[in-house]
Amino acid sequence: MPRMTMIEAIRDAHAVKMAEDDSVVVFGEDVGYFGGVFRCTAGLQEKFGRNRCFDAPINESGIVGTAIGMAAFGLRPVVEMQFADYVYPAYDQIVSEAARLRYRSAGDFTCPLVVRMPTGGGIFGGQTHSQSPEALFTHVSGLKTVVPSNPYDAKGLLIAAIEDNDPVIFLEPKRLYNGPFDGDHDKPVTPWSKHPLGEVPEGRHVVPLGKAIVRREGAELTVLAYGTMVHVAEAAAALVGVDAEIVDLRTLVPLDIELIATSVKKTGRCLVVHEATLTSGFGAELVAVVADACFYHLEAPIVRVAGWDTPYPHAQEWDYFPGQARVGGAMKRVMEG
Amino acid sequence: MSGRLSLHVPEPEVRPGGAPDFSGVRIAKAGSVRRPPVDVEPADIRDMAYSIVRVLNRAGEAVGEWAGSLSDEDLLAGLKTMMRVRGFDRRMLMAQRQGKTSFYMQCLGEEAIACAFRKALEPGDMNFPTYRQQGLLIADDYPLVDMMCQIYSNRRDPLKGRQLPIMYSSKAHGFFSISGNLATQFVQGVGWAMASAIKGGDRIAAAWIGDGSTAESDFHSGMVFASTYKAPVVLNIVNNQWAISTFQGIAKGGSGTFAARGLGFGIPSLRVDGNDYLAVHAAAKWAVERARQNRGPTLIEWVTYRAAAHSTSDDPSAYRPKEESDAWPLGDPVKRLKNHLILKDVWSEERHVQAEAEIDAEILAAQKEAESHGTLHTGPKPSVRDMFEDVYEVMPPHLRRQRQEAGV
Repeated sequence: MPRMTMIEAIRDAHAVKMAEDDSVVVFGEDVGYFGGVFRCTAGLQEKFGRNRCFDAPINESGIVGTAIGMAAFGLRPVVEMQFADYVYPAYDQIVSEAARLRYRSAGDFTCPLVVRMPTGGGIFGGQTHSQSPEALFTHVSGLKTVVPSNPYDAKGLLIAAIEDNDPVIFLEPKRLYNGPFDGDHDKPVTPWSKHPLGEVPEGRHVVPLGKAIVRREGAELTVLAYGTMVHVAEAAAALVGVDAEIVDLRTLVPLDIELIATSVKKTGRCLVVHEATLTSGFGAELVAVVADACFYHLEAPIVRVAGWDTPYPHAQEWDYFPGQARVGGAMKRVMEG
Repeated sequence: MSGRLSLHVPEPEVRPGGAPDFSGVRIAKAGSVRRPPVDVEPADIRDMAYSIVRVLNRAGEAVGEWAGSLSDEDLLAGLKTMMRVRGFDRRMLMAQRQGKTSFYMQCLGEEAIACAFRKALEPGDMNFPTYRQQGLLIADDYPLVDMMCQIYSNRRDPLKGRQLPIMYSSKAHGFFSISGNLATQFVQGVGWAMASAIKGGDRIAAAWIGDGSTAESDFHSGMVFASTYKAPVVLNIVNNQWAISTFQGIAKGGSGTFAARGLGFGIPSLRVDGNDYLAVHAAAKWAVERARQNRGPTLIEWVTYRAAAHSTSDDPSAYRPKEESDAWPLGDPVKRLKNHLILKDVWSEERHVQAEAEIDAEILAAQKEAESHGTLHTGPKPSVRDMFEDVYEVMPPHLRRQRQEAGV
């Protein structure tokens, strides 16, 4: 199997679908000739032509708005927001339009659309290149929200998203583009070429939406995480010596409640981790789901580790980012609780 | 503070109690504006964004280069379509007053725009309308009963009770699902047109927006994308002077006309008498032909007047003189076309009265049938089960659980 970075895996998912289905079109800011600021669409214009992959004006609501019209026509647009932090002008188009088109027209019009965006921190991007806005989308009925944590899943989930007949928000943790960053910012990142999940099947490879996966089996504690925090949690568990079961959610909506409940019922303890701010974050939903499904199996209160409820800072990035020390400390608290 | 600055907040010339005054509205004489070839350079018709294309003169004659796009037969059909729209509005307004539904919006005074525009399109073309283009559906012979069932949110509502009255959707009739959020559809229409161009077909789109909503960023987004990609789309601004209680000057600012918004984008921009069925059709045909020949977008400002309230939740006497509608210098679209056809000796007052009665009977029969399927408050309504369908193509587990919890 070829080895790929997450960028290459995402690029490959585009290329596979564009070759297979000429209704797949790709556009966004800098994605055409240049291939995207993170290079996720590099080579697509050259390969498929300017009608299939092209640059868009700097206008996020226009990008999503035109994509909705294209989807209504019968195309399958895949659009890129250059950073998740820039998606807000498009929020109305996503929430009031894309998410509701099937419902409000009783299936007369549908919106097979993927909105991709690099998310999360760890690159000294300050408040406008580091946010994790997933909860703004998971709260919206009609949307599916996906966050891959590795190249294998990134390709498989993106292909599943493109094939889905409903709008999918596809958040790509940018700190994972080149390697499985585990929160230890002082050491060089292991490249994906040295990680088993950097092996990505060629051709059409699908990871179904709505299915979580156990990354590491454990007996003492269930960690619910997604994106970069999957790797931070694995490292933190090793650091503090807890036999944690790490669940990589992969898709936030629809959520794999069954897998979550099975794991928490087994371990009796649960830690929820995300980079996004704490209050009304997706972790709150996870805690509620676990309390509902597993309350009588719990041996300790469920604990959340998340970004502080401040804007994402620049100089204080590593004091903000939930790293191994905070996650490991929380694991110990859950074990003592 | 003692500085020189003060904020300019535009005000309409007249408020309730004052005498309506449209003396400042400059209106070109019917027939006086040229009809350029469709391959004209946009730069050569910049003046047209400040003038106004008109065909019917005060005497009811069709004059000038834009005349002659329709036969007498077409015009008679157009008159009847506008009368049907007006009759439909009157009945549904009454139904709302009688408590049979929650809400209604008329297009009184603006009928010519949607009705004549629809006739310039081909099957397969797609409109992205606002809530005041019911004429597009009626002119395309969409069943009145289906429209009423949607308004009543009853058991036979094609949209299963999910949408506010009048927010129709019909792909088969080239009518995109209406959103209550203004201007969102304008840029979507451009995207649909881009898709048609990507696929290399012949179908074109028409995007619609009101004067007030041109202030939304999605209007500008639509203009940028249409201009950049030369999308095969007709960009329609219906300037009916009023955005609920806000006069058009608040959205327009110092730009002179709404059509002039197109000039900076290099989009050919026309200003047209929206109460003149013949002018609407001729200008629409010109713009549609440009789009279909892959010459790109055209912006059209349809100048009209919202003769009725914004909606059943609005009372215009609170913000504009009651007599303003009658003083509107472009007149009433139904009367103008009627007078033209009488002048041509293909119509008469008697036949008009007779047609009104026939149309009213048709609408009444449709209403009776629609009400046999229920009204909003008396039911029967769409099932509660329907509330959970179509959120996604396949219902995910969490929604299935919630549906069970709701007991359906």
